[in-house]
Amino acid sequence: MILLVDLSWKARSLSRDEFVAPVARIVSRAGYEWREVHFSAISSQDINDISGIILCGTAIKDNVFAERAEEFTWLRDVNVPVLGICAGMQALCLIHGGFLRLACEIGMTTVRVTGPDPLLDNRQSFEAYELHSFACDPPPGWVVMASSDRCVQAVRHPNRPLYGVMFHPEVRNDQVVEQFCALCRT
Amino acid sequence: MKLGVLCSGGKDSWYACHLAMQKEEVVCLISVRSWNEESYMFHIPNIHLVPLQAEAAGLPLVTVETEGIEEAELNDLSRAIRLAVEEYGIEGVVTGALLSVYQASRVQRICHDLDLWCFNPLWYTDPESYMEKLVSNGFRAIITGVFAAPFSADWLGREIDRELLHDLQQYVRAHHITLTGEGGEYETLVVDAPLFKKKIVIQESEKEYANFRGFFRVRRAILEAK
Repeated sequence: MILLVDLSWKARSLSRDEFVAPVARIVSRAGYEWREVHFSAISSQDINDISGIILCGTAIKDNVFAERAEEFTWLRDVNVPVLGICAGMQALCLIHGGFLRLACEIGMTTVRVTGPDPLLDNRQSFEAYELHSFACDPPPGWVVMASSDRCVQAVRHPNRPLYGVMFHPEVRNDQVVEQFCALCRT
Repeated sequence: MKLGVLCSGGKDSWYACHLAMQKEEVVCLISVRSWNEESYMFHIPNIHLVPLQAEAAGLPLVTVETEGIEEAELNDLSRAIRLAVEEYGIEGVVTGALLSVYQASRVQRICHDLDLWCFNPLWYTDPESYMEKLVSNGFRAIITGVFAAPFSADWLGREIDRELLHDLQQYVRAHHITLTGEGGEYETLVVDAPLFKKKIVIQESEKEYANFRGFFRVRRAILEAK
């Protein structure tokens, strides 16, 4: 069971269908079960008996999750793989000591892989869909896996299966979500 | 949140409007009328009927015209959205984008520049489930343009119902067209929807068709009580 966390400014928002549903479809197609919860409603019960967590993206104007970063402290102790997508990567970075800075990207961008990882399919570079106004300065010690001309595009924790991607893999890079799901199974 | 819906008159913009109305306040429609039939951004056939649709839905409409020159037409879209901000106080824009990164990223860019929210509730939606919901939720849309093989002239003016969906699915399997028409294989016009207070009745129309490319042009239409 994969837990999909909706980071939009409110539960059941108009953004939910745009940022959670496409990820859910990839997870389903890959043969995994999922359930979803809004970040404001997450409880210890939600993170029991799950094999992985995907923190989904938000609308580009929606930075409520970052203003309420204290609601993500549970991410520090989580013991299953986590994939943060865009806003999700920002939340993951913030809670582990990273910083956000203004760096807008909208549309397709070339992502260059600097630290090959199965999550990125061991590709050297690829085109990815971007939709963010902030970028991450990763937490100390985190490994930068990929970058674009503007910012860090993929990071991982040095020892734990915690991943962040700034691009939206649900658009034309489904395999990133599929690889993450496979990681949750092992 | 007050929203304006980008409306081409087709099924995707009206279904997106329907979804937006369930969660936020839709205060106006925004339409860009392009004179370029090859425009990548703006759907053409029967866009002149959007005012009638707006009246049917009881929603005000902001319209601008564009010559449809690539990229320059984005300035016209931005102008239309700014007008909607001034006249109706919109805080965000809704589009019916399904898969087009080209269209979606351009609207996202304009909204970002204008400090507006941008919502795409049909983004990467499941095509089968979306088309089924369209029919089961009472949307009546007709085919107003075909632009790919093997569509014949018979498709022009047909209503999207379960029989048409069945035929489309055959084409999807055999000819690799998209079920939703997202690849530009066909265009639609909504003549009735749950959010319409009146329905559109087409009184006069004509078909133009040659070599798998055709238009169903509505010459006269009126509103009737439902």
